[in-house]
Amino acid sequence: MNTPPSTAQPVQHRMRSTWHTATIVETRAETPHSVRMTLAVPTWPGSEPGSHLDVRLTAPDGYQASRSYSIASSSPWGHVILAIDELPDGEVSPFLVNEARPGDTLEVHGPLGSYFVWRPGQSDRPVQLIAGGSGVVPLYAMAVAHDLAGDSTPFQLLYSVRTPADAFFAAELTELAGPSFQVTHAYTRQAPTGWSGTVGRLTRDSLAASTIPASERPRIYVCGSTGFTETVAAWLLDLGHATTDILTERFGGL
Amino acid sequence: MSFATRGFSGRRGHADTRLPPGQTKVDKWPVLSAGPTPHVETAEWELTVQDETGTDHRWSWDELHALGVEDVTVDIHCVTHWSKLDMAWRGVSLDKILENIRSEHRYVMAHSYGGYTTNLPLEDLVGGKAWIATEAEGQPLQPEHGGPARLLVPHLYFWKSAKWVRGLTMMPTNDPGFWERYGYHVHGDPRKEQRYR
Repeated sequence: MNTPPSTAQPVQHRMRSTWHTATIVETRAETPHSVRMTLAVPTWPGSEPGSHLDVRLTAPDGYQASRSYSIASSSPWGHVILAIDELPDGEVSPFLVNEARPGDTLEVHGPLGSYFVWRPGQSDRPVQLIAGGSGVVPLYAMAVAHDLAGDSTPFQLLYSVRTPADAFFAAELTELAGPSFQVTHAYTRQAPTGWSGTVGRLTRDSLAASTIPASERPRIYVCGSTGFTETVAAWLLDLGHATTDILTERFGGL
Repeated sequence: MSFATRGFSGRRGHADTRLPPGQTKVDKWPVLSAGPTPHVETAEWELTVQDETGTDHRWSWDELHALGVEDVTVDIHCVTHWSKLDMAWRGVSLDKILENIRSEHRYVMAHSYGGYTTNLPLEDLVGGKAWIATEAEGQPLQPEHGGPARLLVPHLYFWKSAKWVRGLTMMPTNDPGFWERYGYHVHGDPRKEQRYR
């Protein structure tokens, strides 16, 4: 490790990541199985939309557990918003969803990841966001950043959820929707009253009908479970999108 | 400077002394990758090692296996905090592949079908520490796990074990690969928690 990295390849701009002390300032139920948590992190340098952080919890005897979570916020103002889905047999998410409360402190490391991010002004190509369940979290951060920047790049979100109650950031997404941000839902189990579309898992055809066509060369961000992401990415290739235009992020590791 | 978080005791059902710091044991095998999964037929698969003169040394699927496949049982550690212990793998040792490659260069860039890259010091690939793996847990390596063949360098975080590997290029300096350019550590030793730059 004595040889410094070559400058032959550009090193991506990114914010320096390090450990920070975070204080929970607000928790609220996001869905029946998840919590939206606002953290005060005075030393937070801000984060690019789509990036994530590590949360570390320490027990009184020094035992530690760390997990990665996508960041829902993209503001640089010393606050970080997370939306955490409870994994029934998990170790950290049940604690954060059911036990943690305002005033509690924990450690966060970040911001992390500068690949699965969207930066205002980087391209005028349209952007297609495709989320399954809690996979909408980093994509929501992108939609907020797009709105805050007044960026005129066309944005579309296709959001697959089981039922309306399982949708993250439902009110916010409705509010963000407008001429340059179109939101389409796919309900796999139960649709809202008055829903005119079909209910069921996405198919290649329904994906094609509700996303930006390959002819418009959208940049595509897919985030969801491994099964969701694998399936959607394979369909997108079938529909003529280029591999390099499809960015994926999966959860389900821990 | 860590401090205790009120009320947290942990479940610890998966505690294991073999786990590096910050890791949790999993039984399933999670999948992580940056884009769509490439599908490569073994009939078309080829491994190319480019030495410092720019000369390519090539192995087809059958030629790779003719070098001798070995069984190894190793622990793997993902930078996203999961570890899977005692995994049974089959593959060809990099010692056999690099045996007749002469190079003064001390670093290697691994290239994958699909465009992924990751950088490694040559010393991390030789000495019985790394393989071109084609089977895991008794099955041909599935595409989402990097099949038909992936690099297996279990003593480093698993992003170094490039899925869908197609080539190794000797290089004089430790140039960063894909994730390394996006903020991940240039070396990635789990015992030292070399996760991020």
